[in-house]
Amino acid sequence: MSSNQVSVAALRQYGGNGVANAAARRRKLGVTSEGRRPGWVSYAILTVVILVSVFPLYYAVSIASQADTSTQYGVEALRLGPALFRNLGAAFDELDFWHALGGTVLVSTLCAVSTVLFSTLAGYSFAKLQFRGRGPLLFFVIATMAIPTQLAVVPLWLMMSKIHLFGSLWAVIIPALVTAFGVFWMTQYLEGALPYELIEAARVDGASMIRTFWNIAVPAARPAAAMLFLFTFVAQWTNYYWPMLILGSNQKAVLTTAAAALRASRFTDYTLIMSGVVLTAFPLVLLFFFMGRQLVSGIMAGAVKG
Amino acid sequence: MTASPVAPDKTTQSPPPPRDEAYERKLLSRGRRGRFDVKVSPYLYISPFFLLFLVTGLFPLIYTAWIATRQWNTSTGDAGWAICGKLCDSTDPSWLGNFQWVLHQPDFWLALRNSFSIFLLSTIPQIICALILAAILDANLKAKTFWRMGVLLPYVIAPSAAGIIFSQVFSDNFGVINTILDGIGLEPVQWHASQLASHVAIATIVNFRWTGYNTLILLAAMQAIPRDVFEAAVVDGAGRVRQFLSVTIPMLRPTLIFVIITSTIGGLQIFDEPQMFGNTGTPGGPDKHYLTVSLYLWDLGFNRTTIGQPNLGRAAAVAWLLFIIVVVIAILNFLITRRIASTSGAPTKKKKSAKKELAR
Repeated sequence: MSSNQVSVAALRQYGGNGVANAAARRRKLGVTSEGRRPGWVSYAILTVVILVSVFPLYYAVSIASQADTSTQYGVEALRLGPALFRNLGAAFDELDFWHALGGTVLVSTLCAVSTVLFSTLAGYSFAKLQFRGRGPLLFFVIATMAIPTQLAVVPLWLMMSKIHLFGSLWAVIIPALVTAFGVFWMTQYLEGALPYELIEAARVDGASMIRTFWNIAVPAARPAAAMLFLFTFVAQWTNYYWPMLILGSNQKAVLTTAAAALRASRFTDYTLIMSGVVLTAFPLVLLFFFMGRQLVSGIMAGAVKG
Repeated sequence: MTASPVAPDKTTQSPPPPRDEAYERKLLSRGRRGRFDVKVSPYLYISPFFLLFLVTGLFPLIYTAWIATRQWNTSTGDAGWAICGKLCDSTDPSWLGNFQWVLHQPDFWLALRNSFSIFLLSTIPQIICALILAAILDANLKAKTFWRMGVLLPYVIAPSAAGIIFSQVFSDNFGVINTILDGIGLEPVQWHASQLASHVAIATIVNFRWTGYNTLILLAAMQAIPRDVFEAAVVDGAGRVRQFLSVTIPMLRPTLIFVIITSTIGGLQIFDEPQMFGNTGTPGGPDKHYLTVSLYLWDLGFNRTTIGQPNLGRAAAVAWLLFIIVVVIAILNFLITRRIASTSGAPTKKKKSAKKELAR
C-alpha cells in the first residue's frame, strides 16, 4: 500500500528510475498488498458460474412444481407451476422422508464423529509420538488411499451378508468409521500446529498420555478437525454406491437410495421424481446456507498450513 | 469419490519427532507406569485405523483376489475354479478363467473406452476451469465469501441427484437444452442416444459437482503463496498471464498433483452419474453408450437376473482390472503433472536438495 501512495515523481527523485518504473507498473497492474483489484470481467464470469450452479436446482424445483404429470417439459418447465406443494407432499409420503432423513443423519453424523476422533488420535500419534515402525506405518496409511472402493465391494458385500448385516444401516456405517485420508490429514496438520514444548510441559506436570492428548492435542487440532468433520459428513450424506449395494430392499433407509428407488418405481412421473430429488437435496442445501461460511473459511484456513 | 480436502503435500514425508533424550525423558517422566503408558499409547492410538482397515480394507482386498479366481455365483456360492467356457475354447477350470472371460467381452472394452472418454471430458476442462476460477477468486474481490459459497454450492448436491436432474436437462425430446437449441434454429442433440453427446452430458454432471470443490482447494493453496513473490514478478515486468504461468502454477505443484490424482481415481470409477443419467433399465442406456467399468462391474456382480448370474467372481475380476488401470493411470498422471508443473523455475530440485541438507 505504502509504495503505491508515494507519487512517481517523488520516487524518481529519491529512488531513481528503476524504483519509479516498478511502482508505476505495479499501480497499472493494480497490485496492492491485499492483492490485485479485479475488473468487471471477473464479476461477470463469477455471476455466470453461480447462475450455472443454481440452475439445475431451480430446474428440479420447477419440474417438481408442474401440475400435469404428462407435461412434455420444455421451456414451460422453466416457469414455476402451481403444484409444487402437492407434488412435494406426495413424494414426501412415498419417500418415507423422515425415516430416510433420520437414517442419513445417523450415518453421516456417526461416520463424521468417529472419523474425526480416530483420525485425531492416530494423527497425534504419528505426528508427535515416538514409536517403532512409525515411518513404515505412516507410509502404509498413505498407500491405502490409492485403493479404489470398487476393489473391496464384492467381498465386503459377502461379509456383510454373512454376518447378517445386509440391509442394515450398520453395513453402511462400519466401513466408513475411519479413513486413511483423515489420518493423513490430521498427521499433517498436527505436525505444524502442535509444538513439542506443550506436550513436554504436560508430561512434566504429570499428565498421563491420554490426558495429554485430550488437553493439548485435541484443542490444537480443532480447526482441522472441523474441516474433516464437514467433508466426511458431506461425503457420507451424498454417498450412493455402497448404500445402494448393501441396503437391499431397505433402500428407503437413506436419502440418496430413497430418491433412486422412487425413480425406479415411478419412472414416467417426473414431477414426482423431481419432488423426491428436491426433498432429498433440500436438507443439505439448507445446512450449507447456514454452515457454508464456516466450510469455506475452513478450507481457506487449511491453506495457511498447506 | 471420497471427500479429500485441502491438498497437503503428499510428496514430502513428514519429519520424525525429535529423537533427543530430553524429549524422551519428559515423555517418560512418570516412572514405571508412565513408561508403559508411553510405550503402548502410540500403538493404541493408531490401532482403530489399522483394525478397521484390516477388517474392511485389507481382508476384502485379498478376498477379492481369491474370489476373482473362482466360479462364484450369488445363488450357488463358491463352485470351484473359474471356467472361461466357449468364449476362449476352454472348459478347463483355471484361476485365470474369469479374467479371460472378462477380457473376451466386447462390453468390457466398450465400458473401458466410455470410462476413459468421460474421464477425459470431465477432468481436463474441470481442472482448467478450476484454475481460472481460483485465480479470479484469489483477487481482492468484494463479497468474497458470497462468491466462494456460490461456487461450492453444487458440492452439496449428491452426484446421484445431479444425475437425475441433468438427465432431464439433457432429455432428448423435451429437455431444456434441446428446446433452446430448437428455439434458436439449431438441430437438437441426441444427448442419450449418441455416444459422444452422452459422454459430454455425463462429464457435465461431474464438472458441475467437482469444479467448485477443486476451485476452492486450488484457491486455498494459491492464498498460501507469499504475496511478495507476485510483487517481485511484477517488478520484473511480468504481466498477469506470465505471473499465472510462471509463478502460480509452479507454486501450486503439490496441490495440482493432488487434485489431478484424486480426479483420476474418482473419474475412472464413475458410477452414480451414468447410472442415474439413464432412463431405462439397461445399465448404460439401451445401446450401452455410457456403460462405464463400474456400471459393468455392478451389472455383472449384483444386477443381472438371468440364470447363472450374478457372477461375483467375474465382477471381482473386473474390480482387479480396474484397480490396475487406475494405478497405472495415476502414476502416469503423477509423472506428467510433475513435469508440467516444474518446467518453469524448477523449484522441485532445489526443494529436494534443500531438504536433503536439512536431513543431514
